[in-house]
Amino acid sequence: MKLSTADVEYVAKLARLEVSEAEKEKLTAQINDILRYIDQLNELDTMGVAPMSHAIAVTNAFREDRAAQSLEPGDALANAPDARGEFFRVPKVIE
Amino acid sequence: MDFETVIGLEVHAQLLTDTKIFCSCSTQFGAAPNSHACPVCLGMPGVLPVLNKKVVEYAMRMALATHCAINPQNVFARKNYFYPDLPKGYQISQYAYPLAEHGYIMIDTGEGSRKIGITRIHMEEDAGKLIHDDHNPASYVDLNRTGVPLIEIVGEPDIRSPEEAAEYLRRLHEILVYLDICDGNMEEGSFRCDANVSIRPRGQKEFGTRTELKNMNSFRNVQRGLEYEVRRQQYLVENGEKIVQETRLWDDAQGVTNPMRSKEEAHDYRYFPDPDLVPVVVDEAWVADIRAGMPELPQAKRERFVNDYQIPAYDAGVLTADKALAGYYEDVVKLCGKPKIASNWVMGDVMKFLNEDKKSIRECPVSAKSLADMIGLIEEGTISGKIAKEVIADMYATGRTPQEIIREKGLVQITDEGALAKTVAAIIEANPGQLADYRGGKEKLFGFFVGQVMKATQGKANPQMVNDLLKKMLALRQAQDDID
Amino acid sequence: MELHQFTIHALQEKIRNGEVSALQIAESVFSRIDAVEGRIHSYIRLMKEEAMASAARADEGIQKGDIQPLTGIPIALKDIVCTRGIPTTCGSRMLHQFVPPYNATAVEKLAAAGAIFVGKANMDEFAMGSSTETSYFGPTRNPWDLERIPGGSSGGSATAVAADECIASIGSDTGGSIRQPAALCGVVGMKPTYGRVSRFGLIAFASSLDQIGPLTKDVEDCAIMMNVLAGYDPKESTSVKAEVPDYRQFVGRDIKGWKIGIPKEYFIDGIDPEVSAAVAKTIETVRQCGASIVEISLPHTKYCVAVYYIIAPAEASSNLARYDGVRYGFRAADARDLSEMYQKTRRQGFGAEVKRRIMIGTYALSAGYYDAYYGKASQVRALIRRDFDEAFARCDVVLTPTTPTPAFKIGEKTDDPLQMYLSDIFTISANLAGIPGISVPCGFSTSGLPIGVQFLAGHFEEGKLLQAASAYEKSAAVEKRRPAL
Repeated sequence: MKLSTADVEYVAKLARLEVSEAEKEKLTAQINDILRYIDQLNELDTMGVAPMSHAIAVTNAFREDRAAQSLEPGDALANAPDARGEFFRVPKVIE
Repeated sequence: MDFETVIGLEVHAQLLTDTKIFCSCSTQFGAAPNSHACPVCLGMPGVLPVLNKKVVEYAMRMALATHCAINPQNVFARKNYFYPDLPKGYQISQYAYPLAEHGYIMIDTGEGSRKIGITRIHMEEDAGKLIHDDHNPASYVDLNRTGVPLIEIVGEPDIRSPEEAAEYLRRLHEILVYLDICDGNMEEGSFRCDANVSIRPRGQKEFGTRTELKNMNSFRNVQRGLEYEVRRQQYLVENGEKIVQETRLWDDAQGVTNPMRSKEEAHDYRYFPDPDLVPVVVDEAWVADIRAGMPELPQAKRERFVNDYQIPAYDAGVLTADKALAGYYEDVVKLCGKPKIASNWVMGDVMKFLNEDKKSIRECPVSAKSLADMIGLIEEGTISGKIAKEVIADMYATGRTPQEIIREKGLVQITDEGALAKTVAAIIEANPGQLADYRGGKEKLFGFFVGQVMKATQGKANPQMVNDLLKKMLALRQAQDDID
Repeated sequence: MELHQFTIHALQEKIRNGEVSALQIAESVFSRIDAVEGRIHSYIRLMKEEAMASAARADEGIQKGDIQPLTGIPIALKDIVCTRGIPTTCGSRMLHQFVPPYNATAVEKLAAAGAIFVGKANMDEFAMGSSTETSYFGPTRNPWDLERIPGGSSGGSATAVAADECIASIGSDTGGSIRQPAALCGVVGMKPTYGRVSRFGLIAFASSLDQIGPLTKDVEDCAIMMNVLAGYDPKESTSVKAEVPDYRQFVGRDIKGWKIGIPKEYFIDGIDPEVSAAVAKTIETVRQCGASIVEISLPHTKYCVAVYYIIAPAEASSNLARYDGVRYGFRAADARDLSEMYQKTRRQGFGAEVKRRIMIGTYALSAGYYDAYYGKASQVRALIRRDFDEAFARCDVVLTPTTPTPAFKIGEKTDDPLQMYLSDIFTISANLAGIPGISVPCGFSTSGLPIGVQFLAGHFEEGKLLQAASAYEKSAAVEKRRPAL
């Protein structure tokens, strides 16, 4: 096993996903399956190969510093599950 | 035990662009909540960022001003974490390939000038604001600030005292403001500083365990916060306790630092290159272009003031501490041609009035033209330096020109030799006792006669002329008496 | 033949000749939808009212001689492209009530070209799937066999075209999501070069792989759609400022003297024999068109799926972090504090496949694993791209099967994610390399399921793809069947 249920718990927390015990078991098995398959990449020697993070080599895409209309105040909040006045509202942050 | 303090500072400076870094929303401070927001900065589904070119140009200015090497290719990366003020669930920043690296600035310390290294300068977006409700279990989110461009200036741990830290910050702040890329307003958060601080026994090579200090929103608080933290760490070490590596918040009211409850239990930000943004390629021509457009920096200005205007280094330092003040001074010099006299007036009366009113030079009611005119009036003898003191107070209070004030108050200097001669003669006549003493060798009494003449003329007599006349007439008296 | 059965170019002709009105076409399409949609479920939302109003406006334009490239043509939009004022769900509970205040650039372009929007087509949740089974709104069924999947993630876009519930549609393709369902439903589907069609307003799955493209009834319609969709967009940093040719000119040209590359790595064990046979027949047809067949090698092919299942989830884990219940979308009701709100919202708002990929992607980027997974995969990706650069030095286009098998049964692979992922084995490489690909119908299995063949070309060589595909389409004369619904 590459990944333990504790690892799955840690990753779930990082991703802000609540998972039940049963899901944890199933996910651990499935992700391990996939990671085993992915491990075949280790057959390849990639020393010195520049990683490719874009499909096409575009550089320097800029916009000019010119202001445009923002959303109408109501539109910014229109989709909010909870808004009060001009603000989005969220449950209290408990650290 | 003798300890050495080690401090490294991270500064976030908001750039003075009109629009946000990745969208066309305004960056103006103080707008109604969530009114400077669009699908891009709200992180709505499917929208994409496009980089504001001016952000790169401004960041390049700072990189050049701090002697950094600009990377020919720099890359935006995503820093992933969840917080309600971070709409996309990641902050677009730079990580493996920042804009610029390996720079430095010079600071003045008690033991002379010292080089403080700059590790890197990178561009990133600001987060929004979260307002906590103390009475309800809720927080409120305002995303106007989301996407306002920032540069982060990461300093080397080269700073050795809280005073040096404050000095380093003042210099950085001064450069940013001089470059016209940041308004430097610490209260509105345009210029923010986090500090890493540790102590070690003097002579030890390894760094001690460091703490990160946040929430210091003035130069003074940075120094106070660091002083407190250094004392705290020394106390712990001296009492055999361990320093915990943690983030601490400065509490201005209590004057102490407290550990911050952690925002993200694990700092696992999962940085990776942002696939929605393309690499920024900076060639030599672009760098040359930015270099050519760089405004004069404080250090260069100070040197020029000393060399060109022949004013003392101290004056140059005071006058260039604020870019606008330096500009004001130069305007006055250009108009009156008297650099040292101009410096005396600007540093003296003008700054005294401004300090009393807690005003900046931008709000000064005395225009550079008026001050130059007043200096001209002194030079050509229309008013005396003493009268000028009264005139400038009036100029500051009312914003009127010196000519207006002099005319209205009848402050024009008496330069009519005949009239003055009569006054001088009368004063000599009226004070036979002093005259006798003077003649008896008490030459100091010359000043008494000058004072009496000035009093009689309400200060309007031309001092040089009074001197000359007195000397002449006293000498004449002497000669007459000798004949008698 | 009824109006909904025609192609874009045939209907254009009829409109220009004054034979039919936009309203008649729209009515025909909606009556077809009434007849079959209950069995297929191509759409998450129908836009009949808007469509009828647009058709009426189109007819007014036609009266005045204003005829744009898609005037009066009913088009389906995958529910992953944002439509202003119209809910855009991405097949997810997370966005089931989300109403974008903006249009995707592709939508703007289609609208400007006169298209009539029929509705928002069903899809795998956040485009993560190969079967359209992961949609929060229920699966879409293959019109050729209602027990089978239509492919995915653009399943609804493919079935809407195959079942004549629209004339053409757009989908998005991250690892084969246009080409694979096109093949399994017997229609034409193209994934353009990365950067060719704007991604602005396309809800992101994996930003470095996603691309919008058309699904159509024939190759000429594909060219017509590409003429409308392609082009630089200043709202997208990765959009490419390359000239866009008139794609229609490539349709009908021959391919005499062309070299068609056959990559040996794509003809592997595990391909369904009927797919093998159909593709072999295709190669023979292409040869008869005057092209020569050259065997080529794409040596890193076997690593494509592994690379894809690192890069796509890694990007997705970050792209989907914005669904946090704060500014829009679903929020769990029963949270006591912020941390709970996040976790419950994302647990309840996302389906199992989306969560699985977020987990894989988060893991692949997490401290200590970046180099081994994301870093390594990005390097192998460069090698895969290099394979294609070398291949296209030796041939004009590459020919491969689109999928290893015809459509599989609903539920067959839902519990085995890896097997599901392997159904994209032939399509993923184009996304990794950023090159364009097209799937064209090339026959049927004995049980009557469509089979597709894929052509791949170098960056910005969509013209070559259309030329090869149309030459093949013309000379193969693949039997014109319609699903018996």
